[in-house]
Amino acid sequence: MSQLLDRLNFLTSLRKGTFADGHGQTTIENREWEDVYRRRWQHDKIVRSTHGVNCTGSCSWKIYVKSGIVTWETQQTDYPRTRPDLPNHEPRGCARGASYSWYLYSANRVKTPLIRARLLRLWREKRKSMDPIEAWTAIQNDPAARASYTRIRGKGGFVRASWDEATEIVAAANVYTTRKYGPDRVFGFSPIPAMSMVSYAAGTRYLSLIGGTCMSFYDWYCDLPPASPQTWGEQTDVPESADWYNAGYLLLWGSNVPQTRTPDAHFYTEARYKGTKSAVICPDYSEAAKFGDIWLNAKQGTDAALGMAFGHVILREFHLDRQVPYFTDYCRKYSDMPMLVRIERQGDRLVPGQQLRASDFVRSLGEKNNPDWKTVGIDEISGKVVVPNGSIGFRWGETGKWNLEEKAANKDIRLKLSLIDKADHDKVAGVDFPYFGGAATNGFAVDDRGGILTRSVPLKKIKLAGGEEVLVATVFDLLCANYSLDRGLGGDHVAKDYDADVPFTPAWAERITGVRRDKIIQVAREFADNAEKTKGRSMVIIGAAMNHWFHMDMNYRAVINMLVMCGCVGQSGGGWAHYVGQEKLRPQTGWTALAFALDWARPPRHMNATSAWYAHTDQWRYETVRSQEILSPTAPAGDWSRLSLIDYNIRAERMGWLPSAPQLKTNPLEIGRAAKAAGVEVKDYVAERLKSGELQMSCEDPDAPENWPRNLFVWRSNLLGSSGKGHEYFLKHLLGTDHGVQGKDLGEEGAVKPVEAVWHERAPEGKLDLLVTIDFRMSTTAVYADIVLPTASWYEKDDMNTSDMHPFIHPLQAAVDPAYESKTDWEIFKAIARKFSEIAPSVLGVESDVVQLPLQHDSPGEIAQGVVRDWKLGECELIPGKTAPAYISIERDYANIYKRFTALGPLMEKIGNGGKGIAWDTKNEVHHLKALNGTVTEEGVTKGMARIDTAIDAAEVVLMLAPETNGEVAVKAWEVLGKATGRDHRHLAEGKEDEKIRFRDIAAQPRKIISSPTWSGIESEEVCYNAGWTNVHELIPWRTVTGRQQLYQDHEWMRAFGEGFVTWRPPVDLKTVGKTATRALAANEPHVVLNFLTPHQKWGIHSTYTDNLLMLTLNRGGPVVWISEVDAKKVGLVDNDWVEVFNINGAITARAVVSQRMKEGSMFMYHAQEKIVNTPGSQLTGKRGGIHNSVTRIVLKPTHMIGGYAQLAYGFNYYGTVGSNRDEFVIVRKLSKVDWLDEPATQITEAAE
Amino acid sequence: MHNFLFGIYPYIAITVMVMASIVRYERDPFTWKSKSSQLLRKRQFVIGSVLFHVGVLIIFGGHLVGLLTPISVFDTLGISHEAKQILAVAAGGVAGLMALIGGILLLHRRLFDPRIRANSTFADTGILVLLMAQLLLGLATITVSLRHLDGEEMVKFMNWAQAVIYLRGNAADYIHDVHWLFKVHIVLGLTIFLLFPFTRLVHMFSAPVRYLWRPGYQIVRSRRGAQPAPTGLAPLPRAGMEPGE
Repeated sequence: MSQLLDRLNFLTSLRKGTFADGHGQTTIENREWEDVYRRRWQHDKIVRSTHGVNCTGSCSWKIYVKSGIVTWETQQTDYPRTRPDLPNHEPRGCARGASYSWYLYSANRVKTPLIRARLLRLWREKRKSMDPIEAWTAIQNDPAARASYTRIRGKGGFVRASWDEATEIVAAANVYTTRKYGPDRVFGFSPIPAMSMVSYAAGTRYLSLIGGTCMSFYDWYCDLPPASPQTWGEQTDVPESADWYNAGYLLLWGSNVPQTRTPDAHFYTEARYKGTKSAVICPDYSEAAKFGDIWLNAKQGTDAALGMAFGHVILREFHLDRQVPYFTDYCRKYSDMPMLVRIERQGDRLVPGQQLRASDFVRSLGEKNNPDWKTVGIDEISGKVVVPNGSIGFRWGETGKWNLEEKAANKDIRLKLSLIDKADHDKVAGVDFPYFGGAATNGFAVDDRGGILTRSVPLKKIKLAGGEEVLVATVFDLLCANYSLDRGLGGDHVAKDYDADVPFTPAWAERITGVRRDKIIQVAREFADNAEKTKGRSMVIIGAAMNHWFHMDMNYRAVINMLVMCGCVGQSGGGWAHYVGQEKLRPQTGWTALAFALDWARPPRHMNATSAWYAHTDQWRYETVRSQEILSPTAPAGDWSRLSLIDYNIRAERMGWLPSAPQLKTNPLEIGRAAKAAGVEVKDYVAERLKSGELQMSCEDPDAPENWPRNLFVWRSNLLGSSGKGHEYFLKHLLGTDHGVQGKDLGEEGAVKPVEAVWHERAPEGKLDLLVTIDFRMSTTAVYADIVLPTASWYEKDDMNTSDMHPFIHPLQAAVDPAYESKTDWEIFKAIARKFSEIAPSVLGVESDVVQLPLQHDSPGEIAQGVVRDWKLGECELIPGKTAPAYISIERDYANIYKRFTALGPLMEKIGNGGKGIAWDTKNEVHHLKALNGTVTEEGVTKGMARIDTAIDAAEVVLMLAPETNGEVAVKAWEVLGKATGRDHRHLAEGKEDEKIRFRDIAAQPRKIISSPTWSGIESEEVCYNAGWTNVHELIPWRTVTGRQQLYQDHEWMRAFGEGFVTWRPPVDLKTVGKTATRALAANEPHVVLNFLTPHQKWGIHSTYTDNLLMLTLNRGGPVVWISEVDAKKVGLVDNDWVEVFNINGAITARAVVSQRMKEGSMFMYHAQEKIVNTPGSQLTGKRGGIHNSVTRIVLKPTHMIGGYAQLAYGFNYYGTVGSNRDEFVIVRKLSKVDWLDEPATQITEAAE
Repeated sequence: MHNFLFGIYPYIAITVMVMASIVRYERDPFTWKSKSSQLLRKRQFVIGSVLFHVGVLIIFGGHLVGLLTPISVFDTLGISHEAKQILAVAAGGVAGLMALIGGILLLHRRLFDPRIRANSTFADTGILVLLMAQLLLGLATITVSLRHLDGEEMVKFMNWAQAVIYLRGNAADYIHDVHWLFKVHIVLGLTIFLLFPFTRLVHMFSAPVRYLWRPGYQIVRSRRGAQPAPTGLAPLPRAGMEPGE
């Protein structure tokens, strides 16, 4: 009862007994103090949620609530079991997730809507006499007023505002922009739907209803490995982490599993216990390196050279000197190796050209449908050229033959892999392959042998339709030549001996990579030997590290080739395990309908973000890489080197390869109106005027004010603090505020300017009228915003989460209501939609919007352009949807945006749903949704439709429509796919018709998804999810030209840039540490130039947690860079010194971690450490040091722009330019003065107000 | 005023000390601690703390015994007032110096070590400053004491203290004419009593003296009234011995 009285017991003995020879005693005494500890861990309830943080972990967590406050979180342990012979998934969760609850009540939480004070003052003043749209118009029409708030972005000056006022400003800006410039000037950036798919959908549904632009992210993050769509026609599909356990050999290549896949790393450990051998390849002694039986510390950026040597050994020992039947068989059936390639003449030289097509032959070898998209091979049985099933020509316009059966024209065939036998070839001749080893710069090993290596290839003469006789070779024979294998055909640049100084031998690779040749040979042998014995159970776990180099495709294709040579892709425990962001949105096809408002209008406006940011942040104006630097000496004739990189992008947009944003210089609503007035169909109206020049595409003049992005929403993202490559260019041109750009643009430099893009002498600064950031924490992007809207944290909203690492779908749930004044993303966009609908009618009614759509992958448009023709150059007619983008008229009802937002529109019943090239009926699902969610009872355009009021309603829409969560849809989808392939796949989902996963189900326990044709792996009791499984075991073709794994890329641009076959390409020289940059150094100032690498970290997931006090405490409490002891000595640095890291793109300040782990010549700056914590000023810029992207700038690669060509066709986040950044070099010096730029707070506030 | 300071103030100080300590112990038992800064910085700590505590304990004991033991006890034992005075001056002086040196070391680190300073409250620093002031005053009184070694002055303080304790009501009268240094010393001492419950000094009450004779290393706290476990055996189930039960 009383603390004191209970202790006043001096007269009673406490001792009740002793034990252990008197060393222990039993007492009676007050034990109430124990209750304090008990109460510490007592709670009122536990709610299941997770962290929507773009982490493949996707771990389910218990959130503890006590007295209405979230107190802490622990890992859930109730995942459905795996199979008896397989370890279970849990424990899942790491220190980062466990620290999340700190954010909810921290000082860094955004608590109320915040608006830049100057903007709010202007707004309130105008609103006294004007309506919202007039008010926004007045502010935008007054350049001084506009600049007064845009110029001070990022410098504080926020004041609190009400939700009503904040949403009114946002809606007014959107309406104004839609009316004045067009809805496609309203941009939205939000990444990785899988991490919180309803929250993503909230914003994109709103944008899609008004006609705004949804920006891609996977390609922009450079997590998209273009090699995947190039080879498989597939964005990315990978095994779940449990499948590591099934591998016999694990090759970890640039992936730091324990650090960046923490919750999955236990499968790696368990596999090691089981006896799996593991090799680890990474330049630094990483956490993963410790797990390896062997560690290959290749120099950073030389992975392709290593991969080429591996391939050289595997081909030599397992395909040529000895042929492994399993490998040969696999390559014949599942790769393009047996397909024939036309050998073209270039003057007196021979180079590989296009793969031969049925249409090249007399009467197209009997093929009437798409003969120019059906590849051919030689049948061993009949000895004739045949058109095997499965190529992309069979996919469109006919059914039943798009499969991988060994058949042609209904006859059994067996394709010939090689023409090496004397009887099979007519001659042996030298064929040219480009070689780039001499182009190395910046300290990478130079291996100059001229740009062309001619190697002997067995060739056959074949007579074509026109009577023309051509030389052909199989892909396999060309591949062997490409890998420099001496097959006894004579000629140079081939080797039998691993020690020969010929490109791609282990000896050669030793010189390039620094890895000893015997280690290379050993790993290649073990990898292939295991695959031979286990039928493909060799796996490569690969991280974005290798994908972030400019020539990432070479790194990846070198790896993929190894896997194909060894028959690993599509086999349990084998294949390509590329883990980057949380890319796998399992219920994707159900979600797209909701997210892009496909229930109301199709298509939505999608944009590949890399090209857009390159143009709109004016990074193209500073381009240092000329196209001739990356061009192949074997390029077909063309004006290749005349074009700048942005010129290639413009051509790609013009030909319908890549999307555009904005699309046309004229407001698409005006075009819709004019077309209606003229009584002409929209596509004809636009085509005619594009030809005449009356209409122009926006891409041709990105700096013209009509073509600027005007409004930008950033939600679920920290664009400016994390992924914004060329950070300082964003600040300078997009935002128009203080920046650290050091370099001059091409105009000032007097350099060669682009020929397609219009050059403005003065580059615009401050293109955005309004930047709206929606976040729960004050991130770097929030700091730069004009309006910050407080969103619910991950423990305060209902949503869903999936990952590629495990097969479960599980929820985020509101353990407590959104704290302070925050709202969920779903409610925020609903509120904006409501305001928009309220104020729009004065200037917008029912409008006809003209939407431009590129040639889409997985649609008939993907076989639109067998040859490259530019209509603007007069090379062909402008046919929308064929030689140019399609132009589609869409009706927008601007007064009813809110109503449309909250109801499931009519198109789901009218058209149905689908994905990846197949479509199915959804009437039944809509019927069920009406019953489940209820119908709209209010009068108006949505009366009687299924409601989508709450986030849970929205989740139910996704779950109901997706085959992965609705067995009935899965069976339906497999049936539809079966029509195309002519095979029955229903058995993969049969018996699951009645399995329907609802939101309350996943709230109870994570649920395993149902096998669906959206993905190439299956969920079963027999195998783990693994990519390509249905291709190999169900004979469903890959979505490529040949329908097989495409190792030869025969598109004209691919050949022009030397990437028909994989090869070694040294990192490109970005020229950022030259004279302009070194000017900043004092005479004799100690400095060192290092390769700047930005891997994923241990103390955060991207930028999240890097401002979290708990995680900051575990590291150095602010930004750090890692450098080697050798380099530190050169600059006189000791551990924990402050350094400045800079080049012409900008400057960073950070502490140096000096570590023997690092390789000399390289620097790590773990990516996305917020600059809002503990970042001093830079001596160079006089501003606060930047983020890791302050020293980067994106460079586009033309081969990523290709479209209309089967697997090389655009898809949102699927194909397109990617934002690489690893080729960057920086100058490092010790910070002589650590200046915190501290000023009295009053001054700063006054300045910002 | 004299009567208030030496006749009434002692009762206020002692009452506040007792009552506030009880309230604090009841309401905020987790603030009842010595709040050692040893974890923050070890430097100067061990030597400073040991010197300070040993010195203070001797002085404290000396004051307690010297002031509250009835004068007749000394007389019976045959210890002259003079001898007692010399003993008090000598022992008090040495102990006072120890406490002073230790205290200065501690005060220095509290004021000049940034980590400790950041973790110090006003009360933490304040009470240390007051204790040092009191020590200096105490040592200063030695100079006065040395002037009349007959011990009669000392007897005045004994009478005063005992008058306070025995509630005689005339305590202040005993020390009307003593040197002002003694008066300041007494007032400050009473003030420290007054502040006692609001500072870390409360740890005095909780000195873990019992540890000295506690025999076992492993303590099993049973529920009140439960039977002791059979010696040498693991507790039986339901015997009520499980610590977490």
